[in-house]
Amino acid sequence: MPAVSKGDGMRGLAVFISDIRNCKSKEAEIKRINKELANIRSKFKGDKALDGYSKKKYVCKLLFIFLLGHDIDFGHMEAVNLLSSNKYTEKQIGYLFISVLVNSNSELIRLINNAIKNDLSSRNPTFMCLALHCIANVGSREMAEAFAGEIPRILVAGDTMDSVKQSAALCLLRLYKASPDLVLMGEWTSRVVHLLNDQHMGVVTAAISLITCLSSKNPDEFKTCVSLAVSRLSRIVSSASTDLQDYTYYFVPAPWLSCKLLRLLQCYPPPEDGAVKGRLVECLETILNKAQEPPKSKKVQHSNAKNAILFEAISLIIHYDSEPNLLVRACNQLGQFLQHRETNLRYLALESMCTLASSEFSHEAVKTHIETVINALKTERDVSVRQRAADLLYAMCDRSNAKQIVAEMLSYLETADYSIREEMVLKVAILAEKYAVDYSWYVDTILNLIRIAGDYVSEEVWYRVIQIVINRDDVQGYAAKTVFEALQAPACHENMVKVGGYILGEFGNLIAGDPRSSPLVQFNLLHSKFHLCSVPTRALLLSAYIKFINLFPETKATIQEVLRSDSQIRNSDVELQQRAVEYLKLSSIASTDVLATVLEEMPPFPERESSILAKLKKKKGPGAVSVELEDGKERGELNGGGDRGGDAAIAASNASTPSPSADLLGLRSAAPVSGTAPSAGSLLVDVFSEAGPAASSAGVNDDGFLSSAPPSAASEDPAPPLPESDELLNKFVCKNNGVLFENQLLQIGIKSEYRQNLGRMYLFYGNKTSVQFVSFSTIVSCPGELQSQLNVQTKTVEPLVEGGAQVQQVINIECLTDFIDAPLLNIKFRYGGALQNISLKLPVTINKFFQPTEMAAADFFQRWKQLSQPQQEAQKIFKASHGMDTEVLKAKLLGLGTALLENVDPNPENYVCAGVIQTKAQQVGCLLRLEPNAQAQMYRLTLRSSKDTVSQRVCDLLAEQF
Amino acid sequence: MIGGLFIYNHKGEVLISRVYRDDIGRNAVDAFRVNVIHARQQVRSPVTNIARTSFFHVKRSNIWLAVVTKQNVNAAMVFEFLYKMCDVMASYFGKISEENIKNNFVLIYELLDEILDFGYPQNSETGSLKTFITQQGIKGQHQTKEEQSQITSQVTGQIGWRREGIKYRRNELFLDVLESVNLLMSPQGQVLSAHVSGRVVMKSYLSGMPECKFGMNDKIIIDKAGKGGVTNEAGKSTSGKQSIAIDDCTFNQCVRLSKFDSERSISFIPPDGEYELMRYRTTKDIILPFRVIPLVREVGRTKLEVKVVIKSNFKPSLLAQKIEVRIPTPLNTSGVQVICMKGKAKYKASENAIVWKIKRMAGMKESQISAEIELLPTNDKKKWARPPISMNFEVPFAPSGLKVRYLKVFESKLNYSDHDVIKWVRYIGRSGIYETRC
Repeated sequence: MPAVSKGDGMRGLAVFISDIRNCKSKEAEIKRINKELANIRSKFKGDKALDGYSKKKYVCKLLFIFLLGHDIDFGHMEAVNLLSSNKYTEKQIGYLFISVLVNSNSELIRLINNAIKNDLSSRNPTFMCLALHCIANVGSREMAEAFAGEIPRILVAGDTMDSVKQSAALCLLRLYKASPDLVLMGEWTSRVVHLLNDQHMGVVTAAISLITCLSSKNPDEFKTCVSLAVSRLSRIVSSASTDLQDYTYYFVPAPWLSCKLLRLLQCYPPPEDGAVKGRLVECLETILNKAQEPPKSKKVQHSNAKNAILFEAISLIIHYDSEPNLLVRACNQLGQFLQHRETNLRYLALESMCTLASSEFSHEAVKTHIETVINALKTERDVSVRQRAADLLYAMCDRSNAKQIVAEMLSYLETADYSIREEMVLKVAILAEKYAVDYSWYVDTILNLIRIAGDYVSEEVWYRVIQIVINRDDVQGYAAKTVFEALQAPACHENMVKVGGYILGEFGNLIAGDPRSSPLVQFNLLHSKFHLCSVPTRALLLSAYIKFINLFPETKATIQEVLRSDSQIRNSDVELQQRAVEYLKLSSIASTDVLATVLEEMPPFPERESSILAKLKKKKGPGAVSVELEDGKERGELNGGGDRGGDAAIAASNASTPSPSADLLGLRSAAPVSGTAPSAGSLLVDVFSEAGPAASSAGVNDDGFLSSAPPSAASEDPAPPLPESDELLNKFVCKNNGVLFENQLLQIGIKSEYRQNLGRMYLFYGNKTSVQFVSFSTIVSCPGELQSQLNVQTKTVEPLVEGGAQVQQVINIECLTDFIDAPLLNIKFRYGGALQNISLKLPVTINKFFQPTEMAAADFFQRWKQLSQPQQEAQKIFKASHGMDTEVLKAKLLGLGTALLENVDPNPENYVCAGVIQTKAQQVGCLLRLEPNAQAQMYRLTLRSSKDTVSQRVCDLLAEQF
Repeated sequence: MIGGLFIYNHKGEVLISRVYRDDIGRNAVDAFRVNVIHARQQVRSPVTNIARTSFFHVKRSNIWLAVVTKQNVNAAMVFEFLYKMCDVMASYFGKISEENIKNNFVLIYELLDEILDFGYPQNSETGSLKTFITQQGIKGQHQTKEEQSQITSQVTGQIGWRREGIKYRRNELFLDVLESVNLLMSPQGQVLSAHVSGRVVMKSYLSGMPECKFGMNDKIIIDKAGKGGVTNEAGKSTSGKQSIAIDDCTFNQCVRLSKFDSERSISFIPPDGEYELMRYRTTKDIILPFRVIPLVREVGRTKLEVKVVIKSNFKPSLLAQKIEVRIPTPLNTSGVQVICMKGKAKYKASENAIVWKIKRMAGMKESQISAEIELLPTNDKKKWARPPISMNFEVPFAPSGLKVRYLKVFESKLNYSDHDVIKWVRYIGRSGIYETRC
């Protein structure tokens, strides 16, 4: 677009702008602008029509004021008028104003669209271009709707000027990006593709951008463009630098077009047609050859243009990944760039090489540059280039050069930039593990890693070390020795202490023969670090100590002393305190055999994919070169998190033959205590139950520990329910906790909670005798139709109940629909050889599933009236069996589960309640009214609900309560 | 404590930079310029925190004075200091302008050395400062040892603001009561908020070390006097209806606060020259000198009719001066026609307002302006916010109703009495923010 020509300059505008620039303060500027705005308003208001020139001038001023950051709320109409002018400058300013200021929902948009349409249909190319630019600049949906059909026609029409075609192609591209659903190429597709053959290079350049965008969305439709693009490319590449005249940039023929062509080709697989392919390979070779030629100019633009094509060509070669010859050549070319003066080139070369390294054809070729890359890692000034070098090293690493690369990366880590350290650490850890032939090397590397960059070593890395050490017998002794030596450093990282504590705890015995690392020395070394560590590490160390007691009985006294000290056994941290207490008890009560079983060496870990790799992928995103690990193993949650890690470890040691697939912590819930385990298991329970409240809260209540025995099959039928069980049931209508049953032998406590249609009940079976109950079993059954109304799930209980002990059982209840009967609980056990058989009704009644509902008096009575059908109401008049104490009554009604509504009934003596019974099938609203008569000691109870059975049942239940 | 003090011109160039403490680096100078003076959005808060450094600034015409500190200082103290600093500079070289500051470069550094010490404000009393910081160069040769020691004892003594041995042939005293009245009124004439902030400024040319006592019609003093029964007849006659309720007041350092607390009497040994004796604020029984009655009518989308009447509400014998009424116009005004009976009115496009000026106006009079405003229809649906009509004026009385009852001068050592002192009293009431909604 030509700028405003000299003779056409607007003096008023220039004066105004210079005035603004000369303003000394913001206030002065605002004053000047206000003055100008008032002037323009009066001019636009004036009755006499303005000529095109002054209109243009004022619109320009408004635009300038708008660009200074002030609101403009007038002048749009004048700008639209300018569009219909025949003068280029006026039209241009009009379009400028519109593309800057008019928003899409303006009411003027129809006028604007009309003007644009006129310009598009005019034969004047400059006007057409202006209109197309305006459409592209606004790019709104309305514009797309109005012109998406028109522009492709202009684009492919034979008589359209080249410059207009260019604009049309770019305009269409913009509309397509803004609203792809509106731009439908359909019939135009082939003709647009043929624009690649256009005589005019500008048109080709514009068209190719459009085609690249379109073909990335639907590649099949534009498939034909491949051969055209190849032929176009070959024509450009083979042309002499003088052939293309205007399109030769510093002796490089059409660099932009070449790059775009190469990029377009990257959207497609290698061409199948042999001829086309041959031609393309030829082109690529020519490009690579040209890179070798001496530069025709010393100007940086020349080399930039040349390299741009080259890198685009290399990307294409990598994309095809099928021409070994080209790949190797590309690699060599990049190798040259690795030592180039230009930092950007080095960066690009490293980046491209990273992708080359993953190709099987060029991997070896890339490896030849290892020295250069290592050098780059060491000497490069720019951190982003160093990062790329590290990436490349990681990508080119294999078994042959792993030791060298890992060593280099380790040494670089000491000086590495903080931002990339964590990533480097992960990479070193992965490489060390992946290519470890000799595991002592692996252990050395990782320990070095922790020493050098301990802060950046994530949990996963040290988990992994321990996993590998435990799984590999041959390296354990060496690991113990190395760790011991590493710990002797005066200041060592906490991660090192963790690894050290764990490995010495497991394999300290392997180096105990040496007097320099005798058990006591080991212990003292570990304990010297103890106070400097965080809580999770300390917890881990405590576990290591108890393992020491097992490994070296001679340290028992010392360690017990430590555990007994106030700083452990009364530690403010619950976890540490609990461990200290438990370990102390364990070590003092259990015999050596038991200890040896409990604190056995950790079993090998199941093999899984490395979690480090997953972490690196997450961190790196697309840049990471993901390589499968052949011997990857998941470190899992071993000792992780600090919560009960120690328990888990012990539980794991309990199981002498763990199933290989079992998750470590899963052992707690599954607890396959088999073979010799039961004795150890019960002993543990014993220990815990004596160890005081701290232990029992963690150990005994943990149902996983206790639910290991399968229910022994009952030989006898369940006994009929006890005669008094109905009475027992009534006791629990209005309360949830209490003693359900008691005789000379057994006491059953109950604790229950309900939420909506779900309930959970805890039953506590207490053995009142001093003799243990054998083959103790419980069965909950739902007789008759109750089966379909209630869903009851129980967990099995231990078959043995020791004298004086208590076991717990959890019952989950789900209410499917309303019900009347209660489930039966049958308990069987042998006491001194005699079979005991007790049947009880479980206190699960329909009112347990009440949700209280608060409502106002008017509301209540409205609903009360709605439930007026005779079968919906249940009423009972009965004599009071207890005293008529207000508070007791209230408590009972609340215990029922309904909301007690105050100030609803006109008679304050009466009680009114409302609630909704939640079942899985439906919700039953329930209203209740209790009218006591103090003189007669009588009650009248009325219940209304939307379901007759519910009213009746609740009424019956409640009548027994008062 | 104050870490440093910078003075900038309107472009943000540093004119004066004085750093008192090591924790303030050179970059603080730039930080303030970038974040406050050149801020994209105008900074309205006088206190700005940038990177844990606090900047307190005041602006005098085009000059920025900024105090910078890293510590948690008393902001009120800092601003009091800045105002004092402005006063001192004004009394040394007149208006604070870029040119004046550049011309008195050395003097300002000298002053800064004297009035701030390691960031702690020291003596900032102009009168005593002038005895040893002079614009006429060093007078060292003429100053005797005695005089020098006198300066020391005075600056460190009990009455730091007045030196001994001052002599005048004519003992004169000027007293100005300067008030500014602020108002916000609803279109119906209901007072939404009003207050008067006033100052008593004195200029004293008295010999020796006189003891002055100032009396005014403060309600508490008069009530107290009335109760005590030891007051003269004149006091009795004024007590009751003409006393005013002062909400809060502050005094010059020379006033004996203990005496004020116990007896509510304002007694002091005055500094020599000009000073501000007290500041006060009242909110009750304010005499509003003018009443503005606006009438705005929107005629269609493109026309607005405005009629404004002002009424003066004070004694007909008094004359108000410099009256200016500012009527805001809508943002899409395209033309204005004004008719007024008195004074001159003009539409100022740059300020989006009609400005109506009247030179003089006597009390109990009324004047009117009417304007027709043409509007340009816009596609913006925003309604005009109708900013309030504001007014400026000056009246020769105190709108708070404050009256000076007496100002007595006692000088026991020299032989002149209260009667020999020539006293002048003047009242000036100005408009502060005096607005009426329309």
